[in-house]
Amino acid sequence: MGEIRTEEMLMNIGPQHPSTHGVLRVVVKVDGEIIKEADPVVGYLHRGTEKLAEDLQYTQIIPYTDRMDYLSSMVNNHAIVNAVERAMDLEVPERAEYLRIIVVELNRVMSHLVFLGTYLLDLGAMTPFLYAFADREQVVDFFNRLCGARLTYNYMRVGGVKWDTPDGWLDDVKKFVPYMRSQMGMFHELVTGNEIFLERVKGIGKFDAETALNYAMSGINLRSTGFNWDLRKNKPYSIYDRFDFNVIVGENGDCFDRYMCHMNEIMESLKIVEQALEQIPEGPVMGKVPKILRVPAGEYYSAIEGTRGELGVYIVSEGKDKPYRLKFRRPSFINLQLLPQQLKGQSMANLIAILGAVDIVLGEVDA
Amino acid sequence: MADFFSWVDKPLDTHAVLNMIIGAVVILAFILGVVTYSIYFQRKLIGWMQWRIGPNRVGPLGLLQTIADVLKLLIKEDVVPEKADRNIFLIAPILAFFPSFMVLAVIPFSANHVFTAYSNVGVLYYIALSAMTIIGVVLGGWASNNKYSLIGGMRSAAQMISYEVPLAMSILGVVLMAGSMNLVNIVEAQISFPYVWYIVPQFLGFCVFIISATAELSRTPFDLPEAESELVSGYNTEYSGFRFAFFYLAEYVYLFAMSGLGATLYFGGWSGPFLPGWIWFGIKVTCFIFFFFWLQATMPRIRTDQLLTFAWKVLIPLSIVNLVLTAVLKYLLH
Repeated sequence: MGEIRTEEMLMNIGPQHPSTHGVLRVVVKVDGEIIKEADPVVGYLHRGTEKLAEDLQYTQIIPYTDRMDYLSSMVNNHAIVNAVERAMDLEVPERAEYLRIIVVELNRVMSHLVFLGTYLLDLGAMTPFLYAFADREQVVDFFNRLCGARLTYNYMRVGGVKWDTPDGWLDDVKKFVPYMRSQMGMFHELVTGNEIFLERVKGIGKFDAETALNYAMSGINLRSTGFNWDLRKNKPYSIYDRFDFNVIVGENGDCFDRYMCHMNEIMESLKIVEQALEQIPEGPVMGKVPKILRVPAGEYYSAIEGTRGELGVYIVSEGKDKPYRLKFRRPSFINLQLLPQQLKGQSMANLIAILGAVDIVLGEVDA
Repeated sequence: MADFFSWVDKPLDTHAVLNMIIGAVVILAFILGVVTYSIYFQRKLIGWMQWRIGPNRVGPLGLLQTIADVLKLLIKEDVVPEKADRNIFLIAPILAFFPSFMVLAVIPFSANHVFTAYSNVGVLYYIALSAMTIIGVVLGGWASNNKYSLIGGMRSAAQMISYEVPLAMSILGVVLMAGSMNLVNIVEAQISFPYVWYIVPQFLGFCVFIISATAELSRTPFDLPEAESELVSGYNTEYSGFRFAFFYLAEYVYLFAMSGLGATLYFGGWSGPFLPGWIWFGIKVTCFIFFFFWLQATMPRIRTDQLLTFAWKVLIPLSIVNLVLTAVLKYLLH
């Protein structure tokens, strides 16, 4: 009897697959269940946001950013308005700044809750998904009351925010913060201590800080390796220097650390929301800005700490009301680049765990 | 009653054949009802655990939801993929379902085991037949000509074969104690001296049993064969209509059968005070089924390699320890 003939199998994970969180396609060559080669194929959700922006006035670009990382639209809004304000050197009223911080940090909580839910769903546990979404729903309701939309908010404007808070909104958010804290305890009890979960994520998808830096990773993917880099602390923008919060870093750079970073960042974001709620002054929410926004000719780059990493906006302006070229540095896209190396030699089950922990949003990958 | 159903080891005559047919039809009708409502129970229960309502549209409290679902499956077109191995594809669900139904023949529902067999090799019969389902699953996965199905089928085979060993070994502990492989005798041994259900002396064996049973049933956290987030739907990806219903049915009949087996082996089967035997049996089986659903709502999924390591390095040694302990204690006490 000769040797048993084995054959590598070419498999398509996606673009229609329950675990790619949208339309990512990963072409994998598998030997049994071991991945020999993985090749992510992106672009199924490409809408040409950057090209479209060249024909739009700066205010008109804001709703397009809603649709990039659709789980954290407020953060995207903040990125574009912050970039334009810096380029034009505009003043933003205090109350608007605080409102921005509150909604951005609530959005971070919301986005991390989606990560928590979908990651556990990928790993086969259905219940945390529903619990996480039930809590996320409360934040969605807050945003709905604030700006009339549940997902694509279009809330911020260059020079401020569009609407002031409705009556009682701030009080309700104030009540939500301790509630969410106690919910986190529940999640830790349900998920973090679970032996099966730990076995699935500990030591999986490891990379070190150097690799992460070489691949220009940012956000939780970088911090999970123990590298302390958070734009909110390292290059404070907006009014982040007024708040007391910690930057969460991991140790080993494995999937478990990334999960823990998400969990702990929720707590830190709640801390910021709490402080902002205490400090928020009365006043106007829209500053004095020219009717038509014209960014002076030149090139500008400014970045904020997005939910998934450094969300940068690069504006090339010729002094007109529309940008000559607008480039978004989209963290999801950049964090995804390490995937082929990460997946090599892993099993199919680990593919899901690793891809899930990178925490991509396809709207942002493809823009 | 035992002599009334002694046809099992006798030559066939008209009376016996008629008996068998009636018994089979009654059990089939009964089990379809049980499966229908255990699916309903599952959806409601997990719904409540997840802050949802569960099915509530079809019929009062959604009681007819499963029936509507099954009806939909039955009137669906019977699709066979063009590239599939046609004959095997068609026969696989039936192969998977038949043994699941056949194992019910030996499970004693009540003290008067009407319609069930008084077989002296009951335990062996159960294990041997339930192993046959793997053939249906592997063939279904293979014949679909789909890569997800193939991997799902292979995973099922590896998983079920691995976990059959600790399952059988843990049951052996009970067999040793009762001194019989007849499930009826095992129950009777639990209600005679020393009047204790085998869960107490066989606790270690029970732990191994319940874990292996969960794996045998491919339920969470061992639901790898149909891991939705990895394999879309596993071996039954390409199946639809009533062939899919057969796979689904087999899964839930096994759920009932395994719960019945567990109740019989470790919780004294039909025995219990005041209430009639079949009610006690029903209560115990429901508790088992509840446990499996509860697990499903709580646990994430284990990984393939961890699954096999766990079976061979933890469960099998444990079941051997249990077996040896039982044997030694039994020898010493006599």
